[in-house]
Parts: sequence; structure tokens; C-alpha cells
Amino acid sequence: MVAQNVFFGIMAAVMIGSALKMVTTRNVVHAALWLVLVLAGTAGQFLLLGAEFVGVTQVLVYIGAVIVLFLFGIMLTKASIGDEENVDLPNRALPALVGLLLLGVMSYATIDFWRDAEFPDDARPSTAEEVSDSIFSDFIVPFEATSVLLLAALIGAIVVARKE
Amino acid sequence: MLLVQFLLLAAVLFCIGVYGVLARRNGVMVLMSIELILNAVNINLVAFGAFNGTVTGEVFALFVIAIAAAEVGVGLAIVLLIFRNKRSVDLSDVDLMKG
Repeated sequence: MVAQNVFFGIMAAVMIGSALKMVTTRNVVHAALWLVLVLAGTAGQFLLLGAEFVGVTQVLVYIGAVIVLFLFGIMLTKASIGDEENVDLPNRALPALVGLLLLGVMSYATIDFWRDAEFPDDARPSTAEEVSDSIFSDFIVPFEATSVLLLAALIGAIVVARKE
Repeated sequence: MLLVQFLLLAAVLFCIGVYGVLARRNGVMVLMSIELILNAVNINLVAFGAFNGTVTGEVFALFVIAIAAAEVGVGLAIVLLIFRNKRSVDLSDVDLMKG
């Protein structure tokens, strides 16, 4: 239990630090690379929660595909490799205030309601078999809808981005 | 392990993402912040799934991952189109519908 908490703390610190760097850096490529650290930390948290399949999917889909897509987007929009001007609004105090207020409300509500909730002692990692059983029985309709949505998004992206 | 530590981590990441969406002017950076928000939600889903001892939370997180991938594909296509028309991805320049 202690080891798990130490592991959680280290990863949480890395994730929050990387996320803060991601939203404050002036370099677009660096922002994408900080995002990789946050996503990898999230995969680690999933493993800590016993969700092995989701953790591996996180690495494959996010770090493998989404980040590459972002880097392609950065290259195609001809962002400079170095620091850039005008990546932030001139007045950043207002967004920071909104974020802090939101954080205050959310953490107050969360702590107030879930203060003593502990994970069950007999918790065990869920297997890919259980996840796939659930998807292909209870969630078969959302699964099919997702496949149609992915096809629509694929065709839509090609139609939007293609040259005339 | 307490459930609340995962919920608080997700809340912090969510709020950093909201700050990024509001404070950034570069379209690609706004999309990255949206990914951060979706990730925070995924942590919540998986944590509650583990708390209840079911895989339903994980299944829902998988759906969110699939939809986030679709979203980023379409979003980057739109940013690319804006860049082609305006020669910049500065969202402050996209004010065609401003009254």
C-alpha cells in the first residue's frame, strides 16, 4: 500500500508539472512533448488502478497516434521550431482565475463527499477478457456506434483537409 | 489507496486544461489542452470503475479514447483549413462571424 502511494505521488507530481509546462511553454513542439509525459503518467495511473487494457490502449492510441497527429499538425501549419510570439492571450489573469475557481469548487465538492472512500481490499486487476466480454455483450450498440463515428470522422477529416 | 487522491489529480489536470483552452491563441495548443481535459475525465472513470469493482468504467474510458482520437483528427483538419485560408493558426484572427 505504501509503495502504491509513493508511486502515485511521484507520477502525480510529474503529471501536474508537465501539464503546467504544457500550458505555459511558448514552443509548440515542446508543448506536444510535455503532453507525452502527462499521457504516459495517465497510463501509469491506469496500471495502478488495475486497468491494464486501458493503460496499454492509452499508450498505443494517445502516445502512438494522437501525438504523431499533433506533430504532423504542427509541421503542416509551419510553426517555427523555436519559441513563438502570440501563443497566449495578452491577458492571462482571467483564464487563470477561471481555472483556480473551478479547481476550488471541484476539490471542495470531491473532498467533502469522497473523503474516506477507500478502494476495496479485495481489488484485483481486471483482465482484457472481462473488458472485451463487457464490450461485446452489454455495450455492443455503443461499440458499433463508435465504429460508425470513427468512419464518419475519418471521411470528414479527409473532406475538410483535402485541397480543392 | 484512497479514491479521493485520483479524483483530486483528475480535477487539477482538468482545471489546467481549462486554463489552456482559455489562455491559448494557437489552434493546435487549444486542441492539446482539450486532450488534457479528456484524459482527466478518463482517470475519473477508471478510478470509479475500480472503486465499484466493475469493468464498466474502463469500457467507458475506452469509448472516450476512441472519440478523442476522432475529435483530434477532425479538429486538426479544421485547424489546417484555417491555416490554409488565413496563413496563421491564431484563433484571434478567426473573427469572420463577429458582429
